[in-house]
Parts: sequence; structure tokens; C-alpha cells
Amino acid sequence: MRIGVPRESKPGESRVAATPKTVDRILKLGYDVSVESGAGEAASFPDEMFRAAGADVVGSEVWDADIVMKINPPSAQEVERLRPGQMLISLLAPALDPDLVAALAERGVTALAMDAVPRISRAQSLDVLSSMANLGGYRAVIEAAHEFGSVFTGQVTAAGKVPPAKVLVVGAGVAGLAAIGTANSLGAIVRAFDARPEVAEQVESMGAEFLRIDVEDTGPSADGYLRGTTADFDAKAAALYAEQARDVDIVITTALIPGKPAPRLLTEEMVASMRPGSVVVDMAASNGGNVAGSRANERVVTDNGVVILGYTDLPGRLPTQASQLFGTNLVNLLTLLTPDKDGTAVLDLDDVVVRGMTVVKDGDVLWPPPPVQVSAAPVAAAPAPVQPKPVKVKDPRRKFWYVGAGAAAFLLVAPFLPESFLPQLTVFALAIVIGYYVIGNVHHALHTPLMSETNAISGVIVVGALLQLGTGNTAITVLAAIAVLIASINVFGGFLVTYRMLNMFRKA
Amino acid sequence: MEMTTPTLVTAAYLVTAILFILAFANLNKHETAKHGNYFGIAGMTVAIVSTIGLAIDRDGVDVLVYIVAAMLVGALIGIWRARTVEMTGMPELIALLHSFVGAAAVFVAYNSFLEAENFPAVKAEYERLGTEGIHNGEVFLGVFIGAVTLTGSIVAFLKLSARMKSAPLMLPARHWLNLAAVVVSGGLMVWFVIEPALLPLAIMTVIALAFGWHLVASIGGGDMPVVISMLNSYSGWAAAATGFLLSNNLLIVAGALVGSSGAYLSYIMCIGMNRSFISVIAGGFGTDGQIAGEAKDYGEHREVDAAGAAELLGNADSVIITPGYGMAVAQAQYPVAELTRRLRENGVTVRFGIHPVAGRLPGHMNVLLAEAKVPYDIVLEMDEINDDFPDTDVVLVIGANDTVNPAAIDEPGSPIEGMPVLHVWEAKDVIVFKRSMATGYAGVQNPLFFKENAQMLFGDAKVRVEDIIAALPVKVSV
Repeated sequence: MRIGVPRESKPGESRVAATPKTVDRILKLGYDVSVESGAGEAASFPDEMFRAAGADVVGSEVWDADIVMKINPPSAQEVERLRPGQMLISLLAPALDPDLVAALAERGVTALAMDAVPRISRAQSLDVLSSMANLGGYRAVIEAAHEFGSVFTGQVTAAGKVPPAKVLVVGAGVAGLAAIGTANSLGAIVRAFDARPEVAEQVESMGAEFLRIDVEDTGPSADGYLRGTTADFDAKAAALYAEQARDVDIVITTALIPGKPAPRLLTEEMVASMRPGSVVVDMAASNGGNVAGSRANERVVTDNGVVILGYTDLPGRLPTQASQLFGTNLVNLLTLLTPDKDGTAVLDLDDVVVRGMTVVKDGDVLWPPPPVQVSAAPVAAAPAPVQPKPVKVKDPRRKFWYVGAGAAAFLLVAPFLPESFLPQLTVFALAIVIGYYVIGNVHHALHTPLMSETNAISGVIVVGALLQLGTGNTAITVLAAIAVLIASINVFGGFLVTYRMLNMFRKA
Repeated sequence: MEMTTPTLVTAAYLVTAILFILAFANLNKHETAKHGNYFGIAGMTVAIVSTIGLAIDRDGVDVLVYIVAAMLVGALIGIWRARTVEMTGMPELIALLHSFVGAAAVFVAYNSFLEAENFPAVKAEYERLGTEGIHNGEVFLGVFIGAVTLTGSIVAFLKLSARMKSAPLMLPARHWLNLAAVVVSGGLMVWFVIEPALLPLAIMTVIALAFGWHLVASIGGGDMPVVISMLNSYSGWAAAATGFLLSNNLLIVAGALVGSSGAYLSYIMCIGMNRSFISVIAGGFGTDGQIAGEAKDYGEHREVDAAGAAELLGNADSVIITPGYGMAVAQAQYPVAELTRRLRENGVTVRFGIHPVAGRLPGHMNVLLAEAKVPYDIVLEMDEINDDFPDTDVVLVIGANDTVNPAAIDEPGSPIEGMPVLHVWEAKDVIVFKRSMATGYAGVQNPLFFKENAQMLFGDAKVRVEDIIAALPVKVSV
């Protein structure tokens, strides 16, 4: 089958759905590749590079290919070029654009939406939303730094002290985490907030402070996105934003709820309370924006001198890398669709990943797909028909009771023990405790050597037998001699075999 | 002030005890593990030399003849075994060594009893101290623990070396038999403490030997890692009991160290298998009833040949190998190491994921891989590697079954439900090396084999890995 990669028609789009590298991998899957002349120009991939990689560089007949792969949803003219039996793979936003879905169905094509990849671990390698959000988060910080009239990193210079910039990132999804990492590496003080408290660890691992508010736990969401929030939560979050807006220099908002308008996080008053020269990047501007006053694809300056950036093409501002990542996601999809690597795409609708992405199949609308419930957060979601086992909550005071009861029982028995017995018991008890703590740290790989070492050390029983050899009683001497003999096997054999094993372990 | 020999020996024992603790403490990391062994050897040398000194001082220099003769023979046997043992045979050797400690404990305890019977001065001394009853109890316990360790370890040895069936022995009312053995022994102990005589001691010895035998015989082969470390623990308690008996603090310390460490290790193993510690210790408690999973239709499995596997590996960027007991049985560690080396030369990231209970001995897989010169820093623990499977291109499952069974996670009611397993199925491709479609030790079918990203490579693991190496595409470095 032939795969066609047309030039993107959307104004301002600089990305391309294939790069020389991905072309190479597609060819390995057994396909032929046609790339429209000039398709990669804006992403620094000239036609020659595609040709060198083995693709045919063609004109508008690229649309005749069996599979058309592109970035943006097709325009009305482009839909007209499609013919029955063809496959289209691109962003489609099927939930937001039912007209396009209907139009595609009418053309009798099969359409796969790259923005409808189920959020399960297996499908991560196809998830363009993640790969693009990652770049978007990075670029958002770069754009903010560009607008910001000061530096990000704090310095003490001969000309005076430079305070570090304070950055607030709202929403700790892929984009938010990328923004946190980028701002952090530029030297800013980064804070982050997310309505899902379970992401705090990820935020902290990227080097930001996670801001918390005190509300009842809403529970982790099953699909990795935030569910609706409670009124109590909204009020407390708003108070947090108001407080932070007065303090920080840069705000980056990334809060998106799929298929719904973006939640309004920063009100006009909050923006007005920010210092002049502050920068807000609203990464949700295409869905209505998280910030009052933001406009999609525009740079807005408020009356008090706050810059609000509503760019929706942030990943596209890194066209080379964005094309490479998008292209790789597409190759991963093709790999999934081509199990035999024979250049024939097979649509296996029993595969939840393929089913989730398939919006139209040979003219039949398959949108929306049945829900896929796979947790994105590490939550133990028990299958529905099973009664979850009740988790025994251990009373933390229990151990005090155990220790107390044990001590009391011992003190009751102790007076009946002969005096000479107690010192031995002391030694015994302390040695047990030492053994427990010393062994608790042993690396799992060393368990076998540990075992042979303890074997050798158990052989110390030989000292008991040694002292029984010279009693003069024949029976005792014979038994003791046998004991010395076999314990010596342990001592010498145990240490030697441990030595042999430890000598084998080596580092790369 | 002149130091008497017994005082000097007591001081030497303290030095030994500290050296033993240092030995264990240093064994916890690869970097210092060898130092640990040296500390252990040093401690043992101090203990033995000082004890020989005490024996000569007390019994005259003639005793040296017995000492040298017995120790020389023991040392020669020990050194011979330690030098010739195959790393795959390590579980058997360790089980056998446990039995020696148990036997030595039995002999020493009998001797201590005979000493008190034959030498009125010894008996008088116990009577003067008022510890006669305690001493009798200690003799009795020393024999009991030693005898259980002895036969238990022998059974473990026989099972591991396939001289005995590894399936659990299922006697009717076996828990009652165990209970009866303990109760009768308790009764005999009361008799013996009040009226020390050979008869109750001998009866109990027979019971304890049978009890130890039965305890391990009723545990299945799959639980062997726990059994071995449990017997390790028993051998420590046997040494400690001997220490009480002889009022020897060194034996008490060394025995308690070994006993508690072995118990803790068994406990870790049990967590690794999601088994109750008490059940395994008490002998096959967990294996009640039939555990064969109900026949469930998982569909068809797919097969791959060595050439296909080599092609997958040739195109992979990252590979994880999860070995199990099957690798040891097939002696496949050398070809596996060679495959690892070849793949790494081609720029493929290769790592190993080791389940805590893989093999028949705790840490067994690590020793085998180390023997074949696989660097230890690419051999990772289950918890270290379990999150990395989704980013892995190919997983090679070599001779492992239950430890990679997804049923433990997603099939409630499965006999292995809740056992932590390696999430191999999350990788892009899984190649399972197996002799046939038979079930693992737990007797449960493994749905992994029927997953769409899994392919079976049937045959002897060693031969198959060698086939793959031969079929591996040679990458020319540019």
C-alpha cells in the first residue's frame, strides 16, 4: 500500500506528518511513501532529504495514496479529494467537530483520529496529545521568557542582585510537567497546582513546589483527566489563584477537560492584580481559555500591562522536533496496524486502541467508541464484579500493646528462671535483634552467598564439639569427633563456596 | 594481672561475635560482600584457634590428635564439595550443609547429656547452680531442633536433587500428625526434665526425625526457596540451643544471628509469593485441597521460531530477560549471557528482571547469571524494573512461568491471586521459552501465553538461545 503525506494546508502550520527518519521506518513496514513537494520545508526537511530516505516526492496526486497521513483535520476541499476505501490518519477532534465526521463518512473513507488514542499504557507510543503537549509546555515557558522583561534565574552581580522569576503552573498534565521542568531549569522558582492531589509527587519530582488546598479528596479519576470539581473546591482554588496572582511573575495554565470548554481559572480581577510586565500563557486558549481576556492565537496586553499569550500553535513553533515526534507516533500506529510488516494495514477493531481511534470505517460512523477504563494514575482498580477485600486498618498503637504485653509476660516468668540463665537470654535476645536489622538491608542478589555464609557460621557449633573430645569417655569422644568432622565440612565448605560465588559477581 | 585461658577464650569469643556481625553487615552490598566473607573467616579462625587452645589447656595436648584428624577430614570434604559444586547445584549443597549443622547439634546435645550421666562432678556442678532442670530442658530442645533440621534438610536435598518427588506429600490428617508430634514431644520433655534418662530422649529423637521429614516432605517444590531459608533459620536455632546447653555465648550469638536472619529471609520470600509465613513454616499449610485452576479457554497461542525471535531482537532497542528455574534446569545461563553480550554490542539495552522467588534458592538466578559473567548492575529486582516494561521492545521469558502470570493480577480467585509478578505482558513483544504448554509449579494456566503480543518458542532453552545467537543479524557498526 502507498502512504501519502500531503503538505499541511492550514495557515501557519509548519509541521509535517513524516520526516526522513520516519519514512525509513515506514518503508521497513513494507509500505511505499509519497510526500508532497514542499511538505517539510517549514520544518527544515527539504524534498531532497525525503527523496534520499526513499520516498517519492510528488505533487497533489499525494492524495491518491491508499493511506493519507497528515497533522491537521482535512479542510473541506481536502475532504473532497478523498475517495471510498481510502484511509485518513490525522487529528480529527471528532467530539468537537461532528460535521467533519459526517463529511468523512459520506466520502466512504476510513478515518483514524490521532487525538482519540485511549489513554492506556500500551497506547502511549501513539499518543500525539502527550508528545505535542510536552513540546507545548516547553515552548510556553520559552514564549513567556521572551515576553518577560527580566531574567528567570536569580543572580548576584556587580551591578546588584537579580531576583529569580516566580512561575506558577496550573494543571500538571504532560504540558504542565514539561513547563515546570523547563522553567525550573531556567532557574525560576516554580510552583504548581492541580486539582488531582495524586500528581503532587510528579510535580515535586520535576522540581516545583506543589500547592495544596484543604478539601475532601475527590478521588483519582479513572481516565487520567480531571472530573468535575465541587463548589467547595472551586472556592478554595480561586482563593489560591488570587493569592498567587499577586505574587508571581509568570502564570502558565494548562487546564483542559476533553470535550468541554476549558475551565476559567484566572478572573479579570486576578489578572488585574498582577504586576505590570507579568506574563500569562494560556495553553487552553483554543477551547475558550483558562484566563479571562485571553484570545486564541493572540498576544493581548491588558490595561495594567500584563501580557496574555493565547497561542494555540505552541508545538508547531518547534516544527522540526514536533514533526519528528508526531511522525514517530504515526509510525507506531502503522506498526500496530501492520502486524505482518507486509505493507498492508489491517484494522483490528477488537483492539481497544484501534477501536478507540477509528472514527469512521468504510463510511460507517463508529464515533464515539465504547469507554476504555484504564487508570492512568497508579490506582488499584479492582474489576467490577469482585467484592474488594476489606483493607484491615491496623491500629498504630497496636505495637505498643504488643511490646508492653511481651515485656510484662517476660517479667512474670523471669523470677522463676535461674540467675545464670538470664545473661544468656540477654545475649540471645540482642543477637536476634541484630540479626534482623543486619539482614534487612541485604541486596536480593546476594541472598545465596548470604545463605552459604550463614551456613559456614552455623558451623561454629564445632567449638562445642571440640570441647567434648577430651572427656575420656569413648562414646562421647566418638560422637564429638563425628560432630567436629561434619561441622568442619560446613565451616570450610561454606566459606569457600561463598568466596567462589562472590568472585563471580562483577560490574559492567 | 594474669589472664587465665578461659578468660582469654571468652574474650576471643566476643571478638568472634563482633566479626560475625561485621560479616553479615558487609554482605549486604556487592562492593563489600567479599570483605564480609573475610570477616567471617577471621571470626571463625579466632573462635576455633582459641577453643583448641582451651581444649589443650583442659584436656592435655593429646586431644590435638582427635581434633586434627576430625577437622582435617571435614575440611577436605568441605573444600572438595565447595570447589566442584555446579552453580545450578547450589540449592542442594546448601540444603545438605544445613543437615550437617542439625546433626552436629544432635550429637553435641547427646554428649552433654552423657557427660552429666557419666561424670558425677559435672552433674554436681549443675545441682550446685540449681540449673539441672534448665540443662535437661536445653538438652532436649537441642536434640529436637537439631533432629528436625537434620531430616528436614535431607528431604529438601533429596527433592532438590530430584532423588525424591518434588510434589507435596499429602498424608491424611497431616496437620494432626504434626500436632501430635509436638504434643508428645512436649510430654516427653516434662518426663525428661524431671527424670533425665536415655529412653524419653531417644523416643523424642525418633519422633523429631520423623517430624522434620514430614514437615518438608509436605511442602511442594515451588516453595523451595522459602524452605531452604527456613531450614537455614532452623540450623541457626539449633546452634543457639547448643549454646544455651553449653553456656557458650558465642554459639548463642552466632545461632541467633543465623536464626533470625533466616527467619527474616523466609518472611521476605513469603511476601514475594503472597503466602502466609506461618503456613509455610508449619509445613504445606497453604497447599490444602486441589489447586489446579479451572480449565479456562484463553484462545490460541502463537509460535515463533529462533529466526523470528532473532529478527525481533535485532530490531529492538531495549530488551528485558526474565529467567526462572527453567533456565537453571536447561543450564542456559551461558548462552543467555552470550546473547546479552551480543545484543549489548549492537547497542541494545539489555536488562534482567529477577522475581524474588525465581529459582529454588533465594538469589539463585543472580548467582547463575554472575557465574556466566553477566554484570550485576544490569540484573535488577522485580520492583526496580516492573515499571519499565511498557517502554520495552522485547521481553524474553526463559524458564519462568508463575512469576510472570498476569492471572495473579487480573483473575480474582486464581490460586496465585495477589502474588506480585513481573508485568512482562506490558512490553511490545514477549517471547516465552518453554518446553511445552504445561503449567508451572502452582498448577495454573498462564494467560500470558495467549496474549496477542506473546509468542511461544518451544524446546530446550539452551538450544533455542544458541539458535537465536546463530540467527542474530550481524550489525555492521558505522
